[in-house]
Amino acid sequence: MPVFELEKRQSPSKLMALYSPALAIGMTLVTTGILFFILGIAPLEALFLFFVSPLLESWTLQQVAVKASPLILIGVGLSVCYRSNNWNIGAEGQFTVGAIVGSILPILLPEWQNAAVLPLMFIMGAIGGGLFGLVPAWLKNRFGANEILTSLMLTYVALLFLDWIVRGPWRDPDGFNFPVSREFSEAALLPQMIEYGSLHAGVLVSLVVVGCFFVLFRYSLKGFEIKVLGTAPRAGSFAGFSKKKMVYFSFAVSGSLAGLAGIIEIAGPIEQLIPSISPGYGFTAIIVAFLGRLNPVGILFAGILLAVTYIGGEAAQTNLEVSDKTAKAIQGILLFYVLACDTLIRYRLRFVKRKV
Amino acid sequence: MGELLLEVRGLTKQFGSLVANDSVDLEVRPGEIHALLGENGAGKSTLVKMLYGSLQPGAGKIFWRGQEQIVRDPYAARELGIGMVFQHFSLFESMTVAENIALALKDVSSLEALADTIEETSWAYGLPLNPLSIVADLSVGERQRVEILRCLLQDPALIIMDEPTAVLTPQESELLFETLRKLAAEGRSILYISHRLAEVTDLCDTATILRGGKVVEHCDPRKETAATLASLMVGSSIGEIKHAPDTTLGLKKLHLDQLCLAPDGPFSMPLVDIDLDVHAGEIVAIAGIAGNGQSELFDAISGERLTDSEQIKICGSECGTDDVTSRRLKGAAFVPEERLGHGAVPDLSLSENVILTRQGADKAFHSGLFLNRTTAMDTATRISADYDVRKGQPDPVASSLSGGNLQKFVVGREIDRRPEVLVVSQPTWGVDAGAAVLIRQSLIDLSRNGTAVLIISQDLDEIFEIADRVTVINKGGLSQQVDIRSIDREGIGLLMGGIQDQHLKKEDARV
Repeated sequence: MPVFELEKRQSPSKLMALYSPALAIGMTLVTTGILFFILGIAPLEALFLFFVSPLLESWTLQQVAVKASPLILIGVGLSVCYRSNNWNIGAEGQFTVGAIVGSILPILLPEWQNAAVLPLMFIMGAIGGGLFGLVPAWLKNRFGANEILTSLMLTYVALLFLDWIVRGPWRDPDGFNFPVSREFSEAALLPQMIEYGSLHAGVLVSLVVVGCFFVLFRYSLKGFEIKVLGTAPRAGSFAGFSKKKMVYFSFAVSGSLAGLAGIIEIAGPIEQLIPSISPGYGFTAIIVAFLGRLNPVGILFAGILLAVTYIGGEAAQTNLEVSDKTAKAIQGILLFYVLACDTLIRYRLRFVKRKV
Repeated sequence: MGELLLEVRGLTKQFGSLVANDSVDLEVRPGEIHALLGENGAGKSTLVKMLYGSLQPGAGKIFWRGQEQIVRDPYAARELGIGMVFQHFSLFESMTVAENIALALKDVSSLEALADTIEETSWAYGLPLNPLSIVADLSVGERQRVEILRCLLQDPALIIMDEPTAVLTPQESELLFETLRKLAAEGRSILYISHRLAEVTDLCDTATILRGGKVVEHCDPRKETAATLASLMVGSSIGEIKHAPDTTLGLKKLHLDQLCLAPDGPFSMPLVDIDLDVHAGEIVAIAGIAGNGQSELFDAISGERLTDSEQIKICGSECGTDDVTSRRLKGAAFVPEERLGHGAVPDLSLSENVILTRQGADKAFHSGLFLNRTTAMDTATRISADYDVRKGQPDPVASSLSGGNLQKFVVGREIDRRPEVLVVSQPTWGVDAGAAVLIRQSLIDLSRNGTAVLIISQDLDEIFEIADRVTVINKGGLSQQVDIRSIDREGIGLLMGGIQDQHLKKEDARV
């Protein structure tokens, strides 16, 4: 009976590290195509609508950039965690807390309008997200609590807190009882980059962050420390690096970047605090981080791809009358294939004939 | 001689581009103790794994009692009558001896009956064991007896033993040999894998020597000497260690004062009142059977685990509460036992592995913020040249190097710092003979140039070759320190077993 055998490679394959995301994307396209076929929808037409049509018009392209921006910001932060072997699954919560803390100034001091407001909002959002990220880090270091569980559960705390504060203390006094905060003043909103467009200046922040972390990972001592502690913790402590400090560092960084993404989302497209501010950016960013091979430049492209599925999903909803869950399903299939294909970097598939 | 029990013809196994076994032939007769010799990586393990069914050969045939057989899995091997005692034990520590053995047997009617059988068999073969003991409470030697008994109760005709004496004291080894001779006298055959050539010439009837996956010789070890066997294994005669004359002892560089450490897990050994001095210009060796506190002691000295400040002094200053980096700044260097994952990061290149242990104490490797890769690369190149590290690429990842080459690199990386104190755990464990000579020689040279060298080693030959003084670690405590010239293997063996012999106490221990 012929069987496949996974054989460990002597050293990880550089070629496969490049090909594996492409392979994963290819297999996702095939699988999604089959799914559409089963649903009775012409596969090629559906795939075109999902993956190509968002790139054809200026306004959808702007939408893609606006959606990719938070995914990239959060994804880069998560890559610090995942490279150092810390499993932050709660970026959605850190994103939410960042949005709330960043909104303190425009909501509580709406009269205070000047050039310092926006930068202060960013700083406060980043600090808020960072501090919220430090909670699971502290629980891990102090009690050995599993950070996957704590960070995930804290997400729901953050989401419910946002729901409460928008319906309760921060509800717009002139808002006809709608569960929304007051609208932000002009000083608290990100400037648009194209007239009458949706592209806002927050997108630039993501690009700058990608550049900074590319340098950090490749050239800095801290990046070296992250990699060592992630791949060989024992060797890391032998080198004099502290595992516990790295837990704090990675959660603080990824929490801050998620928080920054949160306040940019509020000060950019949404313009006020509302009960639901994210279509699952914090979770989708996990896929983005892995699809981008935990490399900032890779994450940039992965973020754009995932943003395309969001926009394509919206188009498919209206044109094909498929459920809004379709985009989520595609993202899930993609993550599955990304992780599966990554095996091929360290192992090679070998076809063996086994004697019976 | 009678008919063959096991005959192997042209057995070949390939892993990727590496031919681990290249057309290997082997014959084992009933009642014979057959040695399988070779350096690390010569293909011994691959061969026995194929015999035991845990690997499938790529080509070649295995005949068992004259019949061609395909050994599909270890279960099939046991059905045929092939048993194996592994080097690394596979026992459940929290279960009793009888329970552990019951797990391996096919039909066990009752544990009580099995316990009786175990007791009977164990005494009959000189492997005394209480079947009701919990394995966690047993010594390493006793655990090995459990493994052997488990194998024996399956009534094998061929027993494969993978380096059984690696974890035993000389006395325990002697007992094991008696058992093996008894088994052979019953007509059972033993395939005996070992590094220790002296015991092979003593114990075995025939020998097969592997080198680079090929059989280089079938011979009668009783007609050979350890030296001739060694040169067959290595393929050339091995260089000799040059002893420099004793220097007068310098200052006390490493001082352990009543060092104590609580265990940090259920199977960790506490350290009890350890006193030790290592002076500039000497090599002190800590002998002992694995698991008696060696790794705990290494971690305490290196600073990976902290103690009270005054319990450890490096170059005169107290540092029991200091971290690894500040101990390195005081002039100490460390080489842990585990090369991959502790001494080096497997996925990082050699130059990055230089940065690993050097960045803390040497600002040449970074500007505080950014790495200085050029310096790292130059240092890696220098170390590779000085310590004969053989590699296929200029800067390969650590895991792609062979054990011996990586160990030369890791030891070289620390010596390259010109440390005042060097602590090395198992300097040549699992390293080929050529690399071992180079490493031992560089440790001697380092000490004669004024460094205080402490080695923690299980290898008595190594200790006799390079150490000036020796002490034994047993159950987390140290025996007294003795001059290497005033003690022999048996003396150290007794200390390993925890016996402070009378004549040793009277010995003029140079402290």
